[in-house]
Amino acid sequence: MGRFNLVQTPLTGTGPALAARGVSKSFDGRKALRGVDFEVGTGEVVALIGPNGAGKTTLLSILAGIAEPDSGEVTGNGVAWVPQQAALYRRLGVRENLLLFARLQHDAGQTGEAPEQMVTRMLELTGLGDRAGDQVGTLSGGNQQRVNIAIGLMAGPSVLLLDEPSVGLDPAQRERLWGFVLGLVGEGTAVAFSTHDIQEAERYAERIVVVAEGEGIFSGTADALRQAVEVEGGPAGDLETSFLAYLRGRGH
Amino acid sequence: MRWLLLKDLQILKRSPLQLTLLILYPIVIALLVGFAMTRDQDQTKVALYNAMPAGEPLGFGGEEVDGNEIRDQLCGRVDCVEADSTADAKKMVESGEATAAVIVPEDLGDKIRSLASLNPESPEIQIIVNGSDAVESRVTDDRIEAMLGEANLLLAKRLSEGAKEYLDLILQGGEFDLLGQQIEVLGLKRSEQILKQIEPKLPPGTDREQLGRAVRFAHLATDNLDLAGPLLTAITEPIKAEKVEVGDDAPSLDTFAIGVTVAFALMFVTVLLVAGSLALEKEENAFTRLTAGLVSRGQILVSKVGLGTVVGFVVALILLTGLGLFVGIEWGRAPYWLLALIFGAAAFSAGGAALGAAAREVRAATLAAVMICLPVALLSLVPDDAVGPVIETAINLVSAIFPFRPTLDAITGGLEISGPTLWLPLLHLVILTAAYGALARLALRRF
Repeated sequence: MGRFNLVQTPLTGTGPALAARGVSKSFDGRKALRGVDFEVGTGEVVALIGPNGAGKTTLLSILAGIAEPDSGEVTGNGVAWVPQQAALYRRLGVRENLLLFARLQHDAGQTGEAPEQMVTRMLELTGLGDRAGDQVGTLSGGNQQRVNIAIGLMAGPSVLLLDEPSVGLDPAQRERLWGFVLGLVGEGTAVAFSTHDIQEAERYAERIVVVAEGEGIFSGTADALRQAVEVEGGPAGDLETSFLAYLRGRGH
Repeated sequence: MRWLLLKDLQILKRSPLQLTLLILYPIVIALLVGFAMTRDQDQTKVALYNAMPAGEPLGFGGEEVDGNEIRDQLCGRVDCVEADSTADAKKMVESGEATAAVIVPEDLGDKIRSLASLNPESPEIQIIVNGSDAVESRVTDDRIEAMLGEANLLLAKRLSEGAKEYLDLILQGGEFDLLGQQIEVLGLKRSEQILKQIEPKLPPGTDREQLGRAVRFAHLATDNLDLAGPLLTAITEPIKAEKVEVGDDAPSLDTFAIGVTVAFALMFVTVLLVAGSLALEKEENAFTRLTAGLVSRGQILVSKVGLGTVVGFVVALILLTGLGLFVGIEWGRAPYWLLALIFGAAAFSAGGAALGAAAREVRAATLAAVMICLPVALLSLVPDDAVGPVIETAINLVSAIFPFRPTLDAITGGLEISGPTLWLPLLHLVILTAAYGALARLALRRF
């Protein structure tokens, strides 16, 4: 099977809300990212897929400004990052968690909104007003993830980075989570998320970016990925089959 | 940063077990240690059976020791309970009514009197102890040894006084009672004087020379036996120790015990709390979120050290106040010992932060805290002169890089004006706080 060409699809909206150019990163001599380019446009939903250890989390961390790239540059403002596992204090209540991060974001100058007001808004947005006093540790995984994302959204970011947001959630919880996220997208928030669930990527993302062994090897719609595989003589079928064929075609 | 501290206090409040422990721990420890420190230490009960005939004086050489005097000496250090017989005394020990029994045999008086004769016998008393409790047996042994020491000292003094009287009789002369008859003893001095008076009246020759030799002997004997009196006195108290304290002032035993109790409590509460709390940030995945533009690693570190300092200080204060109800604490020196508590809590907190940052996991941090704190603190309590110079240097080095000993010194120095200097331990604690803080900050880079 021959190698596929990188397929580029124009961004939706008015331009990139967040962009990375030639980003590289190494850990203890092991290259995690090798000159990766990445963009997400305003109001766009982008899925980042790839095998384990491909560099998805590293790329999201660099895009969020949590990790520094060894080389390359990242441009974009108002980026919020939601880690894979809920970064919450399980012994504190929902309101207390929200209030803590609201206060910290307010003190850090990330928002001018009063912390109490922010908390009220987030409780409404997440639909967890009736659980506000409950300790986070007593919530379901889906509700914890909603609080987790709500904290990321407090400062009204223009870009939301989600690292495997639906891991550990049942289908109903996943449905509710995406209903919540797509509601934000409808208000203009750009979303980039990493996932191992190819169906989830196809269902919710407008564009898919494939990363393998630290390299960006595809960026385009799910249909474009299928077509690319078929054009090169690969098997026709669902997106997962095409994705695997695409990886194999690239030697991964 | 205040929000982080508030958050940690809220989390602490949400853990009923942890909160209960933090409140009850100092109170229970204060009660236990307080009761232990104020308990009458002379309450060891000893059964005493005196088989000697009633009213028999323990006399020798004109000196007499009253039987009651011996009893008072024996019972001065313990609570004596009279027994009716040896069997009765033994039964009291077996039943636990008495921790030991002292049996004074019928012939003790005779044997004591024989000490002043040409055929001295060793007076003996019988001690019965309950060997089933090793610790109590050891304590009882020490007590009885001390009380026998005092009784022996009394007898030795009386013996030496009796011997001195005999010596005086030989030296100075006088009357001596032998089997009811008064015998006059000339004495060496008077013999010498008489011989000296006779010597010039004799014609020169062999007899006069012999007399001269007898005069010289009497003179020499008088001079040398004069020394025997002080020598006998010295034997009863061979070494007279005059205690002069130089260098570091040692605190009193009570102050030291309070210092150790408070320092231990401060160490465990603070180190475990801070190490666990910092590691929890990692376990809850919150650290990355916090450091993603909200607060710096340094601020998190300072908030954790602040948490440990506040909680440790409060716990230590409750403990110290509780102990103050049992033993005398100089409240006028409160500013000093409060400073000691704050500086100690800060140093332990920084140490806990370094542990928590290195361990990155609550269980590992807790285990490491206990495994490091306990042996190092116990090592710090080993007296310098109890080990060889190499080990002493090693112990001092280990003690110097851990906050326990300077905290103990600061607390005892703060409690007692005659205790160790306060300011040096405080400076030591400041240096340790900075050093452990730097280590923790370094470890947080890869947290």
